[in-house]
Amino acid sequence: MRNEELKIVVGRGSCGNAAGAGRVFDFFTEAGFVPTIAGCIGACYLEPIVELYDGARRVATYVRVDLEAAAEIVKYLENQNSSDDEYKISEADAAILFGQTRIALANCGIINPEEIEEYIARGGYEAAKAAIISGTAEEIIEEIKVSGLAGRGGAGFPTWFKWQACRNSPGGEKYIICNADEGDPGAFMDRAIIEGDPHAVIEGMIIGAFAIGSAHGIVYVRAEYPLAIHRLNIALEQARQKGFLGANIFNSGFNFDIRIKAGAGAFVCGEETALIASLEGERGMPRLKPPFPAQKGYKGKPSNINNVETFANVPWICRNGGAAFAAYGTENSRGTKVFALAGKVKNGGLVEVPMGATLNHVIFDLGGGIKSDKAFKAVQMGGPSGGCIPASLGETVIDYKSLAATGAIMGSGGMVVMDEDTCMVDLARFFLDFTCKESCGKCTHCRIGTKRMLEILERICAGGGRDGDIETLEELAESIREGSLCALGQTAPNPVLTTLKYFRDEYENHIVHKKCNAKSCRPLITYDIIAEKCVGCGLCLRNCPVWAISGEIRDIHIIWQNDCTKCGRCVASCPFHAIIVQ
Amino acid sequence: MDFQALEPALLAAGQDSGALIGVLQQAQEIYGYLPIEILEYIAERMEIAPAKVLGVTTFYAQFRTRPVGKNLVMLCQGTACHVTGSSAVAEAVGEFLGVAEDDMTEDGLFTYTNVACLGCCSLAPAMMVGDRVFGELTADKVVEILEEIKNEE
Repeated sequence: MRNEELKIVVGRGSCGNAAGAGRVFDFFTEAGFVPTIAGCIGACYLEPIVELYDGARRVATYVRVDLEAAAEIVKYLENQNSSDDEYKISEADAAILFGQTRIALANCGIINPEEIEEYIARGGYEAAKAAIISGTAEEIIEEIKVSGLAGRGGAGFPTWFKWQACRNSPGGEKYIICNADEGDPGAFMDRAIIEGDPHAVIEGMIIGAFAIGSAHGIVYVRAEYPLAIHRLNIALEQARQKGFLGANIFNSGFNFDIRIKAGAGAFVCGEETALIASLEGERGMPRLKPPFPAQKGYKGKPSNINNVETFANVPWICRNGGAAFAAYGTENSRGTKVFALAGKVKNGGLVEVPMGATLNHVIFDLGGGIKSDKAFKAVQMGGPSGGCIPASLGETVIDYKSLAATGAIMGSGGMVVMDEDTCMVDLARFFLDFTCKESCGKCTHCRIGTKRMLEILERICAGGGRDGDIETLEELAESIREGSLCALGQTAPNPVLTTLKYFRDEYENHIVHKKCNAKSCRPLITYDIIAEKCVGCGLCLRNCPVWAISGEIRDIHIIWQNDCTKCGRCVASCPFHAIIVQ
Repeated sequence: MDFQALEPALLAAGQDSGALIGVLQQAQEIYGYLPIEILEYIAERMEIAPAKVLGVTTFYAQFRTRPVGKNLVMLCQGTACHVTGSSAVAEAVGEFLGVAEDDMTEDGLFTYTNVACLGCCSLAPAMMVGDRVFGELTADKVVEILEEIKNEE
């Protein structure tokens, strides 16, 4: 008997699509079913994910669904006797995925982001309605204050305080802006939230707008996120049709609408005043504060800017009360936080945990540990503004204060995990390359200082490290921190300072012994063939792109160091592990 | 150069300098890149100094002042991609296409460019070709993908 009752949901976030969810979706359609879509559920490593729902109840989760698996699922749906177990999520993965405390991600991967009714069915827009019809702005701000919600974009500034300041600021016309310019390399929760649950962000903005007394909302979103922009556009249109946006919302006399502004690619535009400059059609360069945006922001009017994840928490807080949110977390950091796990971690994707969890819990219990079971070396928190926390501090508790004590920051929640193969000097070089390119150029110390630091780091990685380099780096770091106007410059030296703090021996090894501990800096390594292990099969010779290997078949081969470009293809091709890197 | 296609964008923007970035985005959508004639024309119509239009254009990574191939290959060089081997992927792409970064291939099919994070970190190393995202790339896999696109053309 064909089971028409079950709803087929295919995960269609950017990650799912890249893994082939589009083909799977089409397969179900061609088989005569009517599948629906959901955003990213967070388990990117299991994509494409297909789920079966009986009404609101999830009855099956299939992972890594290719066309073959889809065919099996169709068989199962058509004839309940056939087995579908092979493609079901493992118990361990299910425990990780469904065992999380989810507030910001509560609907992601569950509802169809392109259907407002599915959001409403899960209590959506109730909070906005209650707030606008029977609440007051003061009550909302008080609730947010009780919740302890702090800015999830990086700075961790209390949300209620910003709202209050903007509300109290004189002036009729006010703006509420959602910062979706997620430029922090290694973070992708904002993209996932907009792709998976755009209405939560819209509802959060409606509540915020009511609290501060604003009629105009703007979402500043990266142009690199076409799917997020597409879904947000659909969501805005549906919210307008429902009367949740526009004139006289809920017949209360309150007017509010939101428009989208696509960013054009500049990391510095994550900074509030730079973002405002960009909205005004200028080069996105920060300016001195005060006046703060709450006093003088977009078009010179009082403006409030919050991050995507911050807004996504607001409807939940208003529905469940600030105290319920504050019940999670630690003394100085309330609620939950979404982290983007990436790098050398097994389970790449998004996880949401209450503040106060340890780094090890996130990386090992939820992230599954390190790929290929190598040794965990460090985790980069907070992107280019943050720092590297070594494995020895893995028991560090995740809250704003504890992370700051390590020299890193909470940041937007990017966690790039690194194993023994990652060179910490090269990583610092990588971040300085990024901040140097992204510096807007306004402040001399940031513009030129980051360039000088980068040059030194490049030289060290290339084997030209000199005595005194470390001291020069520290000196430059201090002057950049002091001489820069905005957080980009002030925090740009952090990756260098934290790697120096925890991995100073690697710097010294590069500079003094011209050796790279992780064996990743090419000018500092050599490839050699171990005579005892080489059988003379010739595979390395055939795979070498620069003819730097010679030897007759069944004779021991040799690598000519002067010709070797250290690409590593010989190592990958040798089945006898006869080539070593030193 | 045909300026007509840009007319709706310019009419909507009027002389509101706040709309400049949006107009530039639409112009790039239409022409593929932003040649100097277009920038001058936009400056004239919006009554903004040409130097300022160029200043804004060169500030943002999205804007290109040189023509690009039919398929723009954006190679992510974010942190996660960096630690999982994006530089080897970039090398393979450069070798396969036979051009330097930001140069167009002779057949006009490809331009590749290294970009900051694409926000697909769990798929690292990742790239975007047009609106399509590809993940877990290796030097071999990326060449296969590009070959496939080439054959489709």
